[in-house]
Amino acid sequence: MSFPWAREYQPTNGLMKFLDEKLPLPRLIYGAIGAGYPVPRNLSYMWNFGVLAGFCLVMQIITGVVLAMHYAPNALVAFATTEHIMRDVNWGWLMRYAHANGASFFFVVVYLHIFRGFFYSSYKAPREMIWLLGVVIFLLMMATAFMGYVLPWGQMSFWGAKVITGLFGAIPLVGEPIQVWLLGGFAPDNAALNRFFSLHFLLPFVIAGVVILHIWALHIPGSSNPTGVEIKTEADTLPFHPYYTAKDGFGLGVFLLFFLGMVFFLPNFLGHPDNYIEANPLSTPAHIVPEWYFWPFYAILRAFTIDFFFIPAKLMGVLAMFAAILVWFFLPWLDKSPVRSGHYRPLFRIFFWILVVDMAVLFWLGGAAAEEPYVMFSQLATAYYFLHFLVILPIVSSIEKPKPLPYSITESVLGSDKDTAPAAAN
Amino acid sequence: MIRLFGILTGLFFAVAVLWSFGNGAFVAATEGLGEATAEKVFYEHPEELDLPSNGVFGTFDEAQLQRGYQVYKEVCSACHSLKFVAFRDLAQLGYDEGQIKAEAASFQVPGIDPATGEATTRPGLATDYFPSPYPNTVAAAAANNNAIPPDLSLITKARHDGSAYVHSLLTGYSEPPAELTQQFPNFTTPPGLNYNRYFPNLNIAMAPPLALDGQVTYGEGNPEPTVDQMATDVAAFLTWTAEPTLVKRRQTGFAVLGFVLFATILAYFAKQQVWAAVKPKKAAKAKD
Ligand code: HEC
Ligand code: HEM
Repeated sequence: MSFPWAREYQPTNGLMKFLDEKLPLPRLIYGAIGAGYPVPRNLSYMWNFGVLAGFCLVMQIITGVVLAMHYAPNALVAFATTEHIMRDVNWGWLMRYAHANGASFFFVVVYLHIFRGFFYSSYKAPREMIWLLGVVIFLLMMATAFMGYVLPWGQMSFWGAKVITGLFGAIPLVGEPIQVWLLGGFAPDNAALNRFFSLHFLLPFVIAGVVILHIWALHIPGSSNPTGVEIKTEADTLPFHPYYTAKDGFGLGVFLLFFLGMVFFLPNFLGHPDNYIEANPLSTPAHIVPEWYFWPFYAILRAFTIDFFFIPAKLMGVLAMFAAILVWFFLPWLDKSPVRSGHYRPLFRIFFWILVVDMAVLFWLGGAAAEEPYVMFSQLATAYYFLHFLVILPIVSSIEKPKPLPYSITESVLGSDKDTAPAAAN
Repeated sequence: MIRLFGILTGLFFAVAVLWSFGNGAFVAATEGLGEATAEKVFYEHPEELDLPSNGVFGTFDEAQLQRGYQVYKEVCSACHSLKFVAFRDLAQLGYDEGQIKAEAASFQVPGIDPATGEATTRPGLATDYFPSPYPNTVAAAAANNNAIPPDLSLITKARHDGSAYVHSLLTGYSEPPAELTQQFPNFTTPPGLNYNRYFPNLNIAMAPPLALDGQVTYGEGNPEPTVDQMATDVAAFLTWTAEPTLVKRRQTGFAVLGFVLFATILAYFAKQQVWAAVKPKKAAKAKD
């Protein structure tokens, strides 16, 4: 927005002129995602995931609203109305499978979006606010997905709700009253189901609001890029439309191929069979596990098996689980390196890939049974997780000697005039 | 300042979790990694089951579903309901209206006596759902050694390896093997329970429902009703009850994916064309 060479909206016909005077919505769109928004010319496919996340959000809202027309949030019939959707509602099975797998793909896309942010340290100035809002979105997404999973009222719905709300019980003194207050009872029942439904319907719209702020904040500095070098001249940029609309369109197609392949051919692959058993407070499943996208944090929660001096193990687990996400809020200030892109940070890059492996291990262990040796592995992985963000990152960013950066985005794309200067290392 | 605070916090969590790790490692070193139990050693994963509905191109075999329905009706329905399947749904298995009405009428469903208003039973209608033979769960448990026969509508989705599991479970009854009793002398199969190597805790309250070849009489032109064949057929039927839309889902999937693939290819060329003018020439291009 702040680029002086950004093209200005020119209404071409009477209707658009009228609109532009009374309510300049076309102008807003033009400047936000049209030809009036200059974007670095060198964005890689890693910059597709924001738009894909937006697509997922819209899709979740549409499929969710349709599902809500046929679903009843009552513990007596919730499971049956879900099956009614699957069997009797026209294309109900498609709506439900799209919504359930849509949640999973939303998280896939957002995890990639976040790891893109880690690698290119997109969280650094001047983009801190984009990042902070992103973490808020992520927290809201987790709350929304958790409550959504309770709605079909299967065994995992019920026991997942019980375990997760039970975490609040770990808070000293006030924990149990808080848990009872959250659930509206001593165990998940109708009161809990009703409020979860209400909030699950509400939160996506809250997310949509925060997404608008996220993109607004993005438009102040504009997108970063794979070199991390800021935009200097018009030559460094291309208008969003048609260049990035075309690229995002292709990306959306590839995304849909994966997503629809899953919906139509493996719709239950990411789910848990126990959720096809109706909730039964008297029968505890052998292994209670949340949905896969919570596994890293679930692994961290379960890694604390004994009291740490006067802090009970359960409370430690809960603190660590929340801290694991809250540390992301501090990243812009923990990572001091003036260089953004991981391509020019040899030491940082090694630790970045270790973090990726560490997250993969936590994903695996969060879904595994709470038995040895898995618990020991998850304890090591948890230790690395905290050391990475809070100890390694600050130290690396002050001792590392970055590689030389290209002079500009254009130079990195087109090569330098001078033969001697290497355009971009790596 | 913030980094110092961060480093301290990071060390705090790392030390706390490594404290747990040290304890776990100590226990593992002194006591080993948990004991072997009969369930861990002798439980078996279901054997693979080849059904016509398997695989992305799979479809239901109507004759097989009819046989499976027959097994359900004559054997399993004595204990298990199918509360999400209505008699009218049998139309999908190739039964006509008259047959469906007759099938429905052969089941008794809960009703109200029109003269007295008292609870009673009446013959089923096409719009009714396959009922439970028991008036309530207490009665079901009382009749089955304290275990409640689960509703079977969704059973193949509610277990890992659904249809293969059902088939293996029905054919997996035996006496506990000799090695088991040697290795775990304390293991017993209490009276009223039955040893089954595919059931997670090895003792299931369901007596072997398919015990004899020819227990169900199949019509002309069908395979021999061996125990294995009946188990396969009922597993196929329960695959259908769990997801009657299975085949339609895949067929729709092919059409949709074909369309999206085509659109994606177009989108790719559109993108190439849009970018052609601003893409650097190959020679001058430097990798970022
Ligand atoms: C005499 C009553 C009876 C009959 C007949 C019967 N079952 Fe069962 N079934 C039970 C009981 C009781 C259980 C619960 C077992 C337990 O939890 O230990 C059960 C459980 C099951 C289970 C679930 C096992 C699990 O993993 O929890 C399946 C699947 C099953 N039956 C299939 C069948 C099929 C298919 C038939 C027909 C061929 C059938 N049953 C006939 C009584 C019966
Ligand atoms: C509903 C979820 C989200 C939506 C719809 C969304 C949308 C977007 C869009 C459209 C962009 C610009 C395109 C791109 O760079 O990919 C963007 C950029 C960005 N997002 Fe998100 N986002 C979401 C969640 C998150 C989360 C959870 C985080 C981090 C925790 C995050 C951090 C960022 C950052 C740092 C940028 C700027 C990247 C750069 O320019 O290098 N976003 N987001």
